[in-house]
Amino acid sequence: MQFGPHLVLALIEGAVLSAVLALMASGLSLVFGVMRVVNVAHGEFFMLGAVTAWFVAAGTGGGPAIAFAAALVVAPLAVGTLAALADGLVLKRIAYDPERTIVATIGLLYILQQATLMTFGPAARPVEPPFNRRIALPWIGQTDEGWGLIWPWGLSVTTYKLFVIAAAVVVLVLLRRGLGRTRAGLLMRATQIDRETALAFGIPVGRVYALTFGLGAGLAALAGVLVVPLQQAHYLMGGDALLLSFITVIIGGLGSLGGTLAAAVLIGMSEGIISVFFSPTLAKIAATLLVAFVLVFRPQGLSGGPPR
Amino acid sequence: MLEVEAIEAGYGPVRVLRGLGFSVGIGEILCLTGRNGAGKTTALRAVMGLLPLTAGQVRLGGTVVSGLPAHRVPRLGLGYVPQGRRLFGPMTVAENLEIGLQARGGRPPRGRQGALAHALARFPRLRERLGQRADTLSGGEQQMLAIARALCLEPRVLLLDEPTEGLQPSMIAAIRDVVKGLKDEGVAVVLVEQRIEAILSVADRVAFVEGGRVRETVAAAALGADPALLAARLGV
Ligand SMILES: Nc1ncnc2c1ncn2[C@@H]1O[C@H](COP(=O)(O)OP(=O)(O)OP(=O)(O)O)[C@@H](O)[C@H]1O
Ligand SMILES: [Mg+2]
Repeated sequence: MQFGPHLVLALIEGAVLSAVLALMASGLSLVFGVMRVVNVAHGEFFMLGAVTAWFVAAGTGGGPAIAFAAALVVAPLAVGTLAALADGLVLKRIAYDPERTIVATIGLLYILQQATLMTFGPAARPVEPPFNRRIALPWIGQTDEGWGLIWPWGLSVTTYKLFVIAAAVVVLVLLRRGLGRTRAGLLMRATQIDRETALAFGIPVGRVYALTFGLGAGLAALAGVLVVPLQQAHYLMGGDALLLSFITVIIGGLGSLGGTLAAAVLIGMSEGIISVFFSPTLAKIAATLLVAFVLVFRPQGLSGGPPR
Repeated sequence: MLEVEAIEAGYGPVRVLRGLGFSVGIGEILCLTGRNGAGKTTALRAVMGLLPLTAGQVRLGGTVVSGLPAHRVPRLGLGYVPQGRRLFGPMTVAENLEIGLQARGGRPPRGRQGALAHALARFPRLRERLGQRADTLSGGEQQMLAIARALCLEPRVLLLDEPTEGLQPSMIAAIRDVVKGLKDEGVAVVLVEQRIEAILSVADRVAFVEGGRVRETVAAAALGADPALLAARLGV
């Protein structure tokens, strides 16, 4: 294949990865921003989303489309509820102390991972995509009558990948609007800016925290559901996802949603391009180097304000 | 209206309040004064439920409020203007006021719109700046917003912590007028001030805080009539 069409394929892979990463990282960023909690178990909520999707799909009759639609609704809600419970049972008890929450969420990580191993097992299991039509894409090249549209073999995108990108865009737009324009969003922002003054104005900070932790986990779970038709559910899949999310959140500026989204596109695209042209390992190395440079030269992230 | 009885509180092992008490009635203005570090801010935070009490009691209109979860305290009609304003800086003026409005909890007589209009009527300059970010307001405007935000919950008792800090005399006079207006509406006001000369004319009583206690409470009129008395109390 020529360079041009090859690049288009890489960009499509990058866009899918960006979309999934943006969902996951914005959950992590939200939790850090509002609660000042570094949630090491965030990758496990992603994994639980994928695993729950498998269970829901396996238990729902009526074809892949209905099964997948059910998973799309059930998994984020179930995982979000579980996370809100974990907030009350664990994080609240240690008063959201920054160091102790790191240790506590590491513990949560292992509990969720091992519980999944015991129930779901060590195998990787697929979920059928609800639709998966291949759409051939045109390219400009030499035809018999000079320059014109050609259809290079292998240059195509599946409808499911387009759906993943569209779904992430819709959810992230809704998230931004929700934070900016709804009452719950107002209370979350106030809590993020000044917890004590929020309390002094009657904001139930405890409930805001539970909601935030649940919402963050729900976003990770949604990313997991979207990914599972592309890469299968596995009990260890949370690790890489957590690393990439952390890289994204750090590059974007801790707690800044806009910066996180920009960083997700940057990381997702470069990861897609480097993986397609070189190797996935090189892509990981590049992302890690990038985060090192950001930490050295711009510790507050691309769009964050000065460190607080 | 507000009765604070022998409260004790502190930070970790450090005891700051050691049996501090005061009370303020409907339409009364009590000024709390004292040196830096005397415990004035700590006292207001403790009343708001932001700091747990180790002894003593706070009652609002006869209801015990100490021991309630902090977020339930303002809904009973306790408004707070913290030291240093503590606005929600990245939010707009309108959103800051909205935070005050949602704290009403459906309690007071005026509706939402009424409460907002009433608070803005006192500070017309804020009305022109509703869409502006709070942290881009001038210092005086920020203090107006901090007070307006607390007024949006239509408090029965308003606690103000050094509202005149860093303001020019005309601004201090404006704030004094607002406090006077609240008094006339029957709001009970607790006003923490370092330099009480500026607000002595509106205060009813002055409580001198020292070492986490109220050492003495004096009628403001007596202090106003005799500057020597005031100088002696302040220890200058
Ligand atoms: N968060 C805190 N942690 C530990 N100690 C504190 C804290 N806040 C205040 N203190 C201490 O409590 C004491 C009383 O402080 P407080 O802020 O109540 O004084 P204040 O009377 O309001 O003083 P100022 O006039 O300077 O505002 C001080 O000795 C202070 O160092
Ligand atoms: Mg103070």
